[in-house]
Amino acid sequence: MQEALNVADYVDEQKFFCPQEEDIEAELLDDDSIWSSLKGMLKKNKLAAVSLAIIIIVIFMAVFAPWVAPYDPNFQDVENLRFAAPSVQHWLGCDELGRDVFSRLIFGSRVSLVIGLVPTIIAMTIGTVMGLMAGFLGKRVDFVIMRFADIVLAFPSLLLAMVVMYTLGASLINIFIALSIVKWAGTARIVRAQTLSLKEKEFVEAARSVGVKKWTIMTRHILPNCIPNLIVLFSLNIPDSIMSESSLSFLGIGAVPPSTSWGLMVYRGKQYLFNYPWLALAPGVAILIVVLAFNFLGDGVRDALDPYLKD
Amino acid sequence: MAKYIIKRVLISIPVLIGVVFVIFFMLNVVPGDPVTLMMGEHIKPDLIEAFRERMGLDDPFIVQFFNYLKNALQGDFGMSYKLKREVSDLIFQAFPQTVKLTLSAAMVAWLIGIPSGIIAAVKQNTLIDRGFMTFSLMGVSMPVFWAGLLMQYVFAYKLGWLPVTGYKTWQSFIMPSIVLGWSSAGTIARLTRSNLLEIMKNDFIRTARAKGLRETTVVVGHALKNAMLPVVTMMAIQVSSLLGGAVMTESIFGIPGLGRVAVSAIGDRDMPLLQGTIIFTTMLIIAGNLIADLMYSVLDPRIRCE
Repeated sequence: MQEALNVADYVDEQKFFCPQEEDIEAELLDDDSIWSSLKGMLKKNKLAAVSLAIIIIVIFMAVFAPWVAPYDPNFQDVENLRFAAPSVQHWLGCDELGRDVFSRLIFGSRVSLVIGLVPTIIAMTIGTVMGLMAGFLGKRVDFVIMRFADIVLAFPSLLLAMVVMYTLGASLINIFIALSIVKWAGTARIVRAQTLSLKEKEFVEAARSVGVKKWTIMTRHILPNCIPNLIVLFSLNIPDSIMSESSLSFLGIGAVPPSTSWGLMVYRGKQYLFNYPWLALAPGVAILIVVLAFNFLGDGVRDALDPYLKD
Repeated sequence: MAKYIIKRVLISIPVLIGVVFVIFFMLNVVPGDPVTLMMGEHIKPDLIEAFRERMGLDDPFIVQFFNYLKNALQGDFGMSYKLKREVSDLIFQAFPQTVKLTLSAAMVAWLIGIPSGIIAAVKQNTLIDRGFMTFSLMGVSMPVFWAGLLMQYVFAYKLGWLPVTGYKTWQSFIMPSIVLGWSSAGTIARLTRSNLLEIMKNDFIRTARAKGLRETTVVVGHALKNAMLPVVTMMAIQVSSLLGGAVMTESIFGIPGLGRVAVSAIGDRDMPLLQGTIIFTTMLIIAGNLIADLMYSVLDPRIRCE
């Protein structure tokens, strides 16, 4: 009887310490703590706050371009406004076809921002899935995925993007594809490293021990803990994509008319650089401001979400 | 050490083969017959057939790939469609210009990046720190082509101090080196700053200060030595990435280096030339990364143990 009681106690004790789904859920990262860290960072880091304000203004201008732009970006007045210098009517002057540069800059922000966002989202989604699988499943899956990543990372990114654009032809969709191919590997490597360290943690072992499926562990237990790093990567990848697009457009293998991107505007403006410098300089300043704002914000986000830096 | 070197070299081999395969595959699925591109459209069909057979273009894809790989490893990248010359000759003709540009840009990056990082770390959280870091970050955030145009406008056109384009005099390399080097200086400055700040927290720095050493001796003699370890590796990696970045710079400043050759090959749809220049550049970068890794393991024995 005594022995039976002891066994029952033992079983109860095991049950007590055996983690249940709800206990494991408690280990997940608290979303509120991410937001409060970011809010705190914006209060302390004025440069990041100003950068965020600039980004919001640019996004607002891009979304409401038809209402914000003073003129139709494609309206041409070659006779009267060809190469018109900056003035009160045309703040940044007019181009070789008499089109208002400021209006084209506002509409161009749409392409540049979309190219900043879409390939970044695609590349980071692919990279995250690949990184999770490589890190968590290990063995052959890890070997195959990481060798692919090594190959992609061995290329200078602009050269690889150039080859993809050469193969597929110049268009907006192909820029998405080219930049996604170039950028997924960086995310995969970072997510893999983090997955390798997280999968040794007690809460993942606990989830395994109660029979939670691999896919669920990856998506519900490991992925949420990668989110701070992914947010930092996201904020730093956007300016990188904007720069890559502008470089491709400058080489004549990126955005194609009639769509207007800032890189394409610099490309067209460079032939008139010495006589009408505003045509090439204005879109360059726009790229500089937006990329700088994203980089300052990205640095701030990293400082706020990186526990090592916080210490 | 020898075991570590052999292991690192062996890891690079599949990556190298993968690189050649990716480029070969992508450029061989491009629409358009290479023979027509090379010989023009009005050639007799039997001539085209004979040429295809001689060039091995009728072989299965995988056979063509292994033939290309075998030849590429021996330095034979095929014949340029447009220029009708050996691709390897064109590469070796362009390579010295790229080396000149890359090394001078690397010097600029180190000369700007390392002092900026040190000063920013020593003056942490002051206006000087913010100023230096903003200057470095501007280099990273400014498109290389735009910085190039800006410099051409100011220093060549307005002030007349430097030539707009060219490559024959050392003055021609000043603007391209600054433009390309500035873009890397930001990365080096940030890494130097963060490593130095990290090292300055250590006990041995406190001890050095407690001994009454001057702050300059503490920073330069004690902290900097330890902080420079990752920076040295980064400098080697930066040389590799500068090789890639040279594409834009060479195009703007009219330097006939590898990058410009690649861009012209795209314009001319000259597939063997594009293929050869990109594979050659990537091979250099893989070699550069390998040297960086080995340098790191020489400087820090812990890496070898891992």
